[in-house]
Amino acid sequence: MINDNAQNNKDIKLITEITRSLKVSLWFVFLTFPLLVIKVDALEKTVEYRWQNMLYVAIGTFLVSLLSKFFLDQNTKRKERAALVTEPQIGFLERIFNEPKYLYPIAFAACLFALIFPLIFSPYQTNIMTTALMYVVLGLGLNIVVGMAGLLDLGFVAFYAVGAYSYALLNTHFDLGFWIVLPIGAILAALFGIILGFPVLRLRGDYLAIVTLGFGEIIRLVLENWNEFSQGPSGISNIDRPGLFGMELTLNQSINYMFYIMIGLVLFTIFFVNRLQNSRLGRAWIALREDEIACQAMGIDKTKTKLTAFALGATWAGMVGVIFAAKTTFINPASFTFLESAIILAIVVIGGMGSIVGVIVGAFVLILLPEYLRALSDYRMLAFGAIMVMVMIYRPQGIISNVRKHIQYDPEEKTAKKSVDTTQAGKS
Amino acid sequence: MSLILDVKKLSMRFGGIHALTDVDLQISSGEIVALIGPNGAGKTTFFNCVTGIYKPTSGDVLLNTPKTKNIRLNGLKPNQVTIKGMARTFQNIRLFQSMSVLENVMIGRHCRTKSFIFGAAFRTKFTREEEQQTIEKSYAILQKIGLEVSANELASNLSYGEQRRLEIARALATEPALLLLDEPAAGMNPQETQDLEALILRLQQEGQAILLIEHDMKLVMNLSHRIYVLDYGTLIATGTPQEIRNNPTVIKAYLGEGADA
Amino acid sequence: MEYFIELFFSGLTRGSIYALIALGYTMVYGIIGLINFAHGEIYMIGAFTAYVIATVLGIYGFPVLAIIVLAGLAAAIWSSAYGYTIEKVAYKPIRHAPRLSPLISAIGMSIFLQNYVLLAQTSDFLAFPELIPDFEFMEPIAHIVGTTDMVIIVSTIVIMLLLTLFIKKSRTGKAMRATAQDRTMAKLIGINVDQVISVTFIIGSALAALGGLLIASHIGQINFYIGFIAGIKAFTAAVLGGIGSIPGAVLGGFILGLTESFATGYVSSDYEDVFAFSLLVLILIFKPSGLLGKAEVQKV
Repeated sequence: MINDNAQNNKDIKLITEITRSLKVSLWFVFLTFPLLVIKVDALEKTVEYRWQNMLYVAIGTFLVSLLSKFFLDQNTKRKERAALVTEPQIGFLERIFNEPKYLYPIAFAACLFALIFPLIFSPYQTNIMTTALMYVVLGLGLNIVVGMAGLLDLGFVAFYAVGAYSYALLNTHFDLGFWIVLPIGAILAALFGIILGFPVLRLRGDYLAIVTLGFGEIIRLVLENWNEFSQGPSGISNIDRPGLFGMELTLNQSINYMFYIMIGLVLFTIFFVNRLQNSRLGRAWIALREDEIACQAMGIDKTKTKLTAFALGATWAGMVGVIFAAKTTFINPASFTFLESAIILAIVVIGGMGSIVGVIVGAFVLILLPEYLRALSDYRMLAFGAIMVMVMIYRPQGIISNVRKHIQYDPEEKTAKKSVDTTQAGKS
Repeated sequence: MSLILDVKKLSMRFGGIHALTDVDLQISSGEIVALIGPNGAGKTTFFNCVTGIYKPTSGDVLLNTPKTKNIRLNGLKPNQVTIKGMARTFQNIRLFQSMSVLENVMIGRHCRTKSFIFGAAFRTKFTREEEQQTIEKSYAILQKIGLEVSANELASNLSYGEQRRLEIARALATEPALLLLDEPAAGMNPQETQDLEALILRLQQEGQAILLIEHDMKLVMNLSHRIYVLDYGTLIATGTPQEIRNNPTVIKAYLGEGADA
Repeated sequence: MEYFIELFFSGLTRGSIYALIALGYTMVYGIIGLINFAHGEIYMIGAFTAYVIATVLGIYGFPVLAIIVLAGLAAAIWSSAYGYTIEKVAYKPIRHAPRLSPLISAIGMSIFLQNYVLLAQTSDFLAFPELIPDFEFMEPIAHIVGTTDMVIIVSTIVIMLLLTLFIKKSRTGKAMRATAQDRTMAKLIGINVDQVISVTFIIGSALAALGGLLIASHIGQINFYIGFIAGIKAFTAAVLGGIGSIPGAVLGGFILGLTESFATGYVSSDYEDVFAFSLLVLILIFKPSGLLGKAEVQKV
């Protein structure tokens, strides 16, 4: 009897779920009708009805609605279960990446693989990998600003542009080499970060986001219109590739060279960001993200601390900008649109705000997947947008959530060691 | 006894509302002074003006510490005020919940330490030593406050009373010449209040000057050397606990107009 | 002088469009404190819907008046439907999340919608039919201000008045104001907060759609990217007037429109967008509460 009842309840629940999903599906059919089904040609005066799209939408939304309900249920159940256990729950991926026992061999293997990569794969593949590595560094740079300091910067690409144009201009006008401009570009970008950041960093989070977006667009528009300075939309070409002790490199050699430069920069960035995270400054960022007023009352200079994060992020964008200009030998303002900022932000958000491994994984997934699944590349931005929304709803901590290490103090031994605990970052 | 804090004719207006009018207040070294008054009298506004969160409309706030003589605090930002030697706690607890208890106190050490980007990246000898000192000093403060057992816990896992004490520990870490406590006993049970009383007394005996806002009259009367009473933004009385207890104006302010009838 | 008047009216026209879109930003911000980044996309979808429906009806030989009414109606209905759905899908589940989460979700939504229209329709610029006929009585001043401009300016002012009236007098309007002031309290006294938020999105979206229709027939071409720039500018207008304030949004729209018009007319047309963005940055730095907004007092 009781079993029957439970079975009945289950059936009823399933039926209501199906009717609900049918309604959702019907609603989306209505919603997408004018844009997805009708296609007009005003010149030829023809109307095309793409009924097959309606079918796709109907089936697609029905399934998504059913699955998302199921997923949400699972989520709540898991949360309820987690609430019963006092010990913090650490996910499988987080455990792997935070246990030195696993992390070090993985990192070592990755490094080894990276070193021999150009020897195994074609220059074409190496080139793509270099691009992905550039986004890893851009992501890690933005991660300092967004993930660690909790400042949503939507104009990050502006600093990337500053770096790229510094090299392009200094190289074409003054014939300065790559290795000289690399630090110059980084410093210029940092200066820009400070100049832009100083007036706006006292703004509230969402306003800050919009102002940085505005700044990013201003810089792009200036580059586009100030022809005497930047040669406008046609851009700057014939930028020198980096030299290796004055040796002339063939195209393939210089592709490999670029790749190794990027590997070096990635390693340096990981080292740097990791150290920063566990420092006096890193702690101040976390505290500032949680409570600005309390932070100031503890004597932390809000503006200076935020500005440091902003300038550090910009520094990395500037360096990658210089590398970008050297790699492509041609730049124009079209490479520095808001979309680029959005992609870098997507890497950080989807990978896992504040988590170094997360950002690296995020960059590889978001940059390499569309490269290799060419069929998907049209749908790339569509998917980015959708995934950003879904990540915020279902997994705000990203693919790999940030597991912050707390200081564990042992008063007897007077030693402090870092230990793992599940404190999610990105809760700015 | 030398004067630590000298507030002269402090006024604060929000639009047309006079939140504070010509408030004078002095604190000498080693003293516990209480600021009391009915709800909405302007006590927390006074704290906010003195600590730089609000900019007072007029008046002067002067701080005297062994390091600095007669520094004007009004116009300084909250973090500068803390650096000059005055730290506070908050009425509604404002701890960094996702950080450990020890790390909360370490944040208090921030303004007394120096290492920066370069030191963080290359872990210089200076940075390593400073970091070790920060940890040891923070731990020592936790011992003083009686929270050392929970040093490695998350701040959010502490009980309410413990969180209030952690606020005090965090403020102490900034090495203040004057400690400002905003309703430290609010929401505490009698046992916790008793512990708090003992703690404040111990701090005072170690030479810490304290300014206290509190509603718990027993605590105020037991601890304070002198009391200031605020009502509608103006000082209506000052004096020793005994004088305040018997002051008719104060009684009227607390119990309303009909009380003396 | 005539050039000045011409610029003045073209500024008012631009400003009206910004104002229509800004109303949506301001209303949503007032109620749930979110910068609805996808709002510009709603406006773009409104323009596209109007384009598709108007062209279809034109091909089927409908009379001009019917086309205007039906296309406008369709734009408003579908934009509202999109606005409503976006709120339900992307914002409602994370209403209590930290402040930046809904903003990131909104950015994701904006990217998604842009590319949805790009894929569903086209990436090319489409020529938008001129829907509003030239009135004869406008003939003498037509060289200074066109009929379309006049229609846009007048309808913006009428819409603003109606909206203000609606929010001041109607039951729903009162519920909206209550929700804006204190959501928890509003819930406690029995206001259906979810419904109020939905209504806000629907009204804001319908206004954006009207804006989309009007500007498309004014400029004469549309593409999937128009929402981004217009959205940022409308947001500038909302902030300029004081976000959360309805007359503020309209005032801000007009000021921004006039600034742009005069700046491009007298200085240089290359930097049109730079003026708008600079204005945005300057206001946020010097007067974040805007012209008619209330300054926030931080509670400690």
